[in-house]
Amino acid sequence: MSNIAIIFKREINAYFTTPIAYIFIIIFLIMVAAFTFFLGGFLLRNQADLLSFFQFHPWLYIILIPALTMRLWSEEIQTGTIELLLTLPINIMAAIIAKFLAAWALIAIALGLTFPIWITVNYLGEPDNGVIIASYIGSLLMAGGFLAIGSFISATTKNQVIAFIVSTSLCFLFTASGSPMIISFFSPWAADGILNFIINISLLGNFQNIIKGVIDMGDIIYFLSLIMLFLFATKLVIDAKKDA
Amino acid sequence: MIEIKHLTKKFGAFTAVDDLSFNVKKGEVLGFLGPNGAGKSTSMKMIAGALTPTFGNIHICGIDITKNPIAVKKKIGYLPEGAPAWGDMSVVEFLKFIANIHGLFGKLQTIAIDKTIELTQLSQVLQQPIDILSKGFKRRVGLAQTLLHDPEILIMDEPTDGLDPNQKHDIRQLITNMASEKSIIISTHILEEVEAICSRAIIIANGKILADGTPDQLQRMAADHNGLHIHLTNNNSDSDINNITKSLLTLKYVDDVIKMSENHIMIRPENRQNISTIISKHMSDNSFNFDQIYLEKGRLDSVFRDITTINTSDDKGLIK
Repeated sequence: MSNIAIIFKREINAYFTTPIAYIFIIIFLIMVAAFTFFLGGFLLRNQADLLSFFQFHPWLYIILIPALTMRLWSEEIQTGTIELLLTLPINIMAAIIAKFLAAWALIAIALGLTFPIWITVNYLGEPDNGVIIASYIGSLLMAGGFLAIGSFISATTKNQVIAFIVSTSLCFLFTASGSPMIISFFSPWAADGILNFIINISLLGNFQNIIKGVIDMGDIIYFLSLIMLFLFATKLVIDAKKDA
Repeated sequence: MIEIKHLTKKFGAFTAVDDLSFNVKKGEVLGFLGPNGAGKSTSMKMIAGALTPTFGNIHICGIDITKNPIAVKKKIGYLPEGAPAWGDMSVVEFLKFIANIHGLFGKLQTIAIDKTIELTQLSQVLQQPIDILSKGFKRRVGLAQTLLHDPEILIMDEPTDGLDPNQKHDIRQLITNMASEKSIIISTHILEEVEAICSRAIIIANGKILADGTPDQLQRMAADHNGLHIHLTNNNSDSDINNITKSLLTLKYVDDVIKMSENHIMIRPENRQNISTIISKHMSDNSFNFDQIYLEKGRLDSVFRDITTINTSDDKGLIK
């Protein structure tokens, strides 16, 4: 068994021996249902698709994922177990990846448990199931991006409250960077190149492409590079801890 | 086994560890002594690989820690300060996890875990979450983690901190029993621990080595080393005691005679030499009445205090 698998197993067990996993999954399901039916008007729209279900995922993730990641490293720093991780014969990147994957698996489980809505929409009409599968993958990728951001922020502080607030803000910025609110702030003075960059790094823009059924390699590469970038940043932060 | 050369750690402008060099051979138990903030934990963290040195080299079993950290970490059992562990895990889950990380699976794992549980006496709490354990048990879980893979090198930051006297005794016994097979560094505030288990002690303050020797050698540095205590019988009056003191002071080699209490005096010899035969002869020749006479070995804590306060008195406030 590789070290990643060993640590992954430990992390998953930690989620399920504490109430974290159950609370997270239940709250996620309740909120996703509330958004879909009341805000999204799933039934009123009378459309055989899950757009009203998926379109709220980014906003849900902004709150729920930092809540999941705030303890990821902060807790290890606070309790001193980070010293164990640093002195056991493992590459710290293995621990970073394992912790990330365990949190990602938890979100995958929560997302998987939304299957009744998929069944419902198939019962009521004839949706494009290809788009729905793509949207699930897109949602999971976006969650991965948020998780990686949360992992990075959590490694910078031993205070979980700070980790939560900063991660939420950063996730919000990444999500909304293509929105009119942010664009109107930059457009009067920023160069076109910068403006385009800001629009392109938006999680929301890339996610909306996917849920509309336009899944292209660019969007997938975008999310995967976001994940790798922030996991690598997590490593840099932890390495810096060994120096100071 | 452990070779440390010019080990230095700076945090910004503050030098926590200042040019430390020493070796620890197989079979040695090195006690790291020093006031709080002396640099003990920082040094141990660097040797265990949790901190990167600013300067200097660390070789463990001939391997450079910066060149092959994973290989070095396999050889070390490290007990961090406060013995941290994941509180959500049960003791047995935690030990299995640590065993897996060290590449111990199946039968080898069972043997290693059983042996460690026996050594650290954890069998009654195996299924309990670490979070709810008492301080003594938590410390033993930490020790179990350090010992599990039977490492050649043990680095333990205050291994008996927070334990009751019986538990302290058990842990010391455990360390002593393993000593011949390993190289061990422990840090401690408790000086009796040094006498009990260390074959060598280093006193550090402000990141510098101030003394390095066997506990015996360190004791000999005590001002009271070979001081001679005499308990006089109760029938001696105050003037008798004064006379005795005066006559003792006339003797060669006697530096000073200190009155400790009513009938108790201590003779401080010149150059800390042993003058017990001369004194006892003098006492009986002059028919001075006394109950007992015994030699002071010198107390490590007074050596510790002398060394660390002299060398830190001009300091900017770390110790004060």
